[in-house]
Amino acid sequence: MDKLMLDGNAVAGLLQELFAAEMTSAIGSCATCGATEPVGAIHVYRGAGIVLRCPHCDNTLAAIVRDERRVWITFQGIRALELAI
Amino acid sequence: MARAALSGRLTWQLAEVVDVLTETPRVKTIAFDVADWVGHRAGQHVDVRLTAEDGYQAERSYSIASAPNGTRLDLTVVRIADGEVSPYLADELKPGDRIELRGPVGGYFVWEPPQGGPLLLVAGGSGIAPLMAMIRLRAAAGSDVDTRLLFSSHGWDDIIYREELERLNGNGLTVVHTLTSSQPPDWTGYARLVDAEMLAEVGPSPAERPRVYVCGPTPFAEAVSEALVHLGHAPRGIKTERFGPTGG
Repeated sequence: MDKLMLDGNAVAGLLQELFAAEMTSAIGSCATCGATEPVGAIHVYRGAGIVLRCPHCDNTLAAIVRDERRVWITFQGIRALELAI
Repeated sequence: MARAALSGRLTWQLAEVVDVLTETPRVKTIAFDVADWVGHRAGQHVDVRLTAEDGYQAERSYSIASAPNGTRLDLTVVRIADGEVSPYLADELKPGDRIELRGPVGGYFVWEPPQGGPLLLVAGGSGIAPLMAMIRLRAAAGSDVDTRLLFSSHGWDDIIYREELERLNGNGLTVVHTLTSSQPPDWTGYARLVDAEMLAEVGPSPAERPRVYVCGPTPFAEAVSEALVHLGHAPRGIKTERFGPTGG
């Protein structure tokens, strides 16, 4: 276990800033193992950027890097995101 | 009101300090009034932003410890000695001061009375804050839903909200403390880290299908959720909110 690991709740504000929606209760499915979890339950690692990992297989679901004016996002490991509208 | 808090773009708002309470030697609760506050749900948090004179900004997340209450919200802050944000919040803020915050954010680690129970709340240190919002909301709503709080603190004087929890204990709420580092001479309660045996004794059993909320530092949250799954609790019924060792 990595003491620096957090979970999706820790990036709720950033995700809401980007998507203009509450994202921690959105359901994401992993493109590698197929597991589905609310974003709040996804593992989060903070370094120079933010990496979201599947809590079941550790696959990288998404990565977010930002500076003061722009943000880069990859969704390389998410098959789908399901949001309430 | 709750719906309005679910979506929409976040904006930074000015929050005015209305009160500062000392909870323990290292912990303070700061009560804010936020003029345009849209309301919050128990378990949600806010992002706090401080800006230095040279423009440098530092952001931290704090769980809201108070039950929904108009434009007022309480944040409970542990003073981290070498932190960038918490020493300022805990030592410098006084009534009338203003800081920037945005929220409420989050919607996963949330409980509201219509969701019912039974509830098992497991807190490590300042991880009590979002769970306290749930306990306070439960009391304010007159709910008697079966609720067990297992609260791990270092010592007796480190127990955040200790007197309020003593008052609220009963009417379906059972408060159980474990003191992991030091205990008063007459202490008869738990005196070790939370483990599966302790969780089984505090209950409710997996057969009662409790809604479980675990909040604390990452190693605490991991150990507790693993023990709960080991006992047979459904992983889907366990919601975890972890916070890191740094930051502050």
